[in-house]
Amino acid sequence: MAYSELIKKFDKIRAYMRDFYVYGFKSRVEYDLKSARSYDDERRRIESWLGDYMRFTKTAEGKNVFLSVDSRINRRNPFYKAWKAKSFTDGDITLHFMLFDILHDPSVKMTLTELLDAIDRLITDAGSEMTFDESTLRKKLKEYAENGIIQMEKQGRAVRYSRAGNVQWSQMADAVDFFSEVAPIGVVGSFLQDKLRDHESIFSFKHHYITQAMDSGILAQVFHAMREKRYITIENLSRHLAEVRSIRLVPIKVYISAQNGRQYLIALNDKVNRINAYRMDYILSVREEEICEKYGRLMHSFQKLEPHAWGVNFRWATYRMEHVEFDITVAADEGFIIKRLEREKRCGTVEQVDECTWRYTAEVFDTQEMLPWIRTFISRISRMHFSNRTAENQFKNDLQKMYRMYGVDGGEES
Amino acid sequence: MIFSELYSAYYNTVARIIETAFTPGVTEKDLQQHVLENAFSESVLTILPSLKSGKWPLLKKDLSPVLKHAPTMPLTLLEKQWLKAICEDPRMKLFGVEFPDLADVEPLFTRDHYRIFDQYADGDPFEDETYIRNFRLVLNAIREKKPIQVTLTNRFGKEAWTRLVPVGMEYSMKDDKIRIIANRCKFRTFNLGRITSCEYYTGNGPWRLPPPRDERVELSMIITDERNALERALLHFAHFEKQCERLEDNRYLLRLKYYEQDDIEMVIRILSFGPCVQVIGPESMVEHVKKRLKKQIGCELK
Repeated sequence: MAYSELIKKFDKIRAYMRDFYVYGFKSRVEYDLKSARSYDDERRRIESWLGDYMRFTKTAEGKNVFLSVDSRINRRNPFYKAWKAKSFTDGDITLHFMLFDILHDPSVKMTLTELLDAIDRLITDAGSEMTFDESTLRKKLKEYAENGIIQMEKQGRAVRYSRAGNVQWSQMADAVDFFSEVAPIGVVGSFLQDKLRDHESIFSFKHHYITQAMDSGILAQVFHAMREKRYITIENLSRHLAEVRSIRLVPIKVYISAQNGRQYLIALNDKVNRINAYRMDYILSVREEEICEKYGRLMHSFQKLEPHAWGVNFRWATYRMEHVEFDITVAADEGFIIKRLEREKRCGTVEQVDECTWRYTAEVFDTQEMLPWIRTFISRISRMHFSNRTAENQFKNDLQKMYRMYGVDGGEES
Repeated sequence: MIFSELYSAYYNTVARIIETAFTPGVTEKDLQQHVLENAFSESVLTILPSLKSGKWPLLKKDLSPVLKHAPTMPLTLLEKQWLKAICEDPRMKLFGVEFPDLADVEPLFTRDHYRIFDQYADGDPFEDETYIRNFRLVLNAIREKKPIQVTLTNRFGKEAWTRLVPVGMEYSMKDDKIRIIANRCKFRTFNLGRITSCEYYTGNGPWRLPPPRDERVELSMIITDERNALERALLHFAHFEKQCERLEDNRYLLRLKYYEQDDIEMVIRILSFGPCVQVIGPESMVEHVKKRLKKQIGCELK
């Protein structure tokens, strides 16, 4: 099939864009496992959509292609463009514009036959030989009705079609700018922005993770299942096993990180009765299943667990928690450090032990998740006590490694 | 369904082309301009040629439209559901706008469906009346390109007064704070949450030159891919302009550009990766990290 910058399915491009953006060090050879042509086509498409952000570098392994975006500079997430590249047929686009031209106002209502006649007249005006049969038009109208843009009204045996009513929303333009970058599935806000004329966003975003854009389709399906309280079956790419597994779950909540952009589906794996976190970017597909009768009870139980989670690891039992305690030294003029503890602590308590010592204490499901945060206090940690001894030993061993790495332990820098 | 041609750059561009085609005397160049502005870089090879050749029979040979009306499309259910969802966000109050009538629409998601689990707890008071008033005044001043005067509590807890021309607002999801981006003022950014009063400035006082540009600094670090550190680090630093290169022995070189004023934040972020990430440049950053490690040795952690 001839190359086109438009695509029929999103899954392949989702993987390529993630690789080009997050990793960016893979050479063409590493993508070539299945098809060299496929790689070339995907790279060319991404270049067509995001050429301003595409970079190239030459290494011993060959030419590398990667995407580099300072998301603080861009006021609109450039990755949303990928969602605007769906392919269509000549008939699709013709029918679309003609339909909404004929049904130009919600008061215009027509039967299928009347619509077909009106379309034929427009096509004749255009001097075209294109034709549409009843079945094609009926299918398109049904699809549009499902999308909420066409209304169907039964009058006796006849069905009359009209366009959906207008919604006045342009007064929300600034809010749409803001939430299209901040709210889940912000790509929909971007679709709305595309309808606005002569409007520039005044918002920019710091610490802004834009890869979530690529998972919007999966996230929308997950939210839909949550609204309907349904089981889902996901195809999940297992990082450790490098294989795709089919898992049946009850979706509970989506956990979003503001510090690394990862999005997780927190869900009950009924088979093993465990609450697990599934990375949204590793979920390849979502299939909705039957209603989950125990959904309300499950949510109620989950709410009791949430205060004990530092990150995304949960356990059913709260009686076997891990105790985390560490002291930091804070000088009299370093009140900002106490403020840091308070604003970043998520759970647990902060108390003053003596004039210069402050203690953080918490009972959590998983101490390991906290280690990166505790490391940010390196330079002032004077005491620690973790009930998870492995985690404490790891923390201290890592410190020794860092001393050696930077040559501050009296030895050579490694 | 999100991935649909209804939202495509092609449909949007064709809509704009047809709308422009209603203008008498329109040229092909005028129409092509929409392709350049709204579609992709290779779309010039497809969109206008398809319209001109009658492959998409929507324009006549003289480029006038076949249609009788400028193209419009109602909002899709998905768009209404998303609007409904954001209307339920407490930050929506900032904008003070009338909500569209979406009574019969279910929101795409609610606050019960998701949680930002690592956001800082001292975010801005988005529902505070003074904060909302200040936000709206700044927003209007940006749109109207008017100067403002603000009184604020600075980071040392002291009250300060300044004049500035606001040119934008910057939001950080991690901090959950909005900053005003300022021009004609000594400082480039101001935390909106620190502002106690805010009015339009109508005086004639002399203006400062623009604040100095925030310089970007190149930071280089070696990532050792243990405990999934490579993926963790690349995702964590993903929002910077960056480049990653494979070295040997499971090691990678990551180079990124950060803003000089975020020095301390960068030190903290590097330290959070422990021995899996070693900063190798600039020298000032290496020294920052070493200083903290030396101070840690002094803490005599047993």
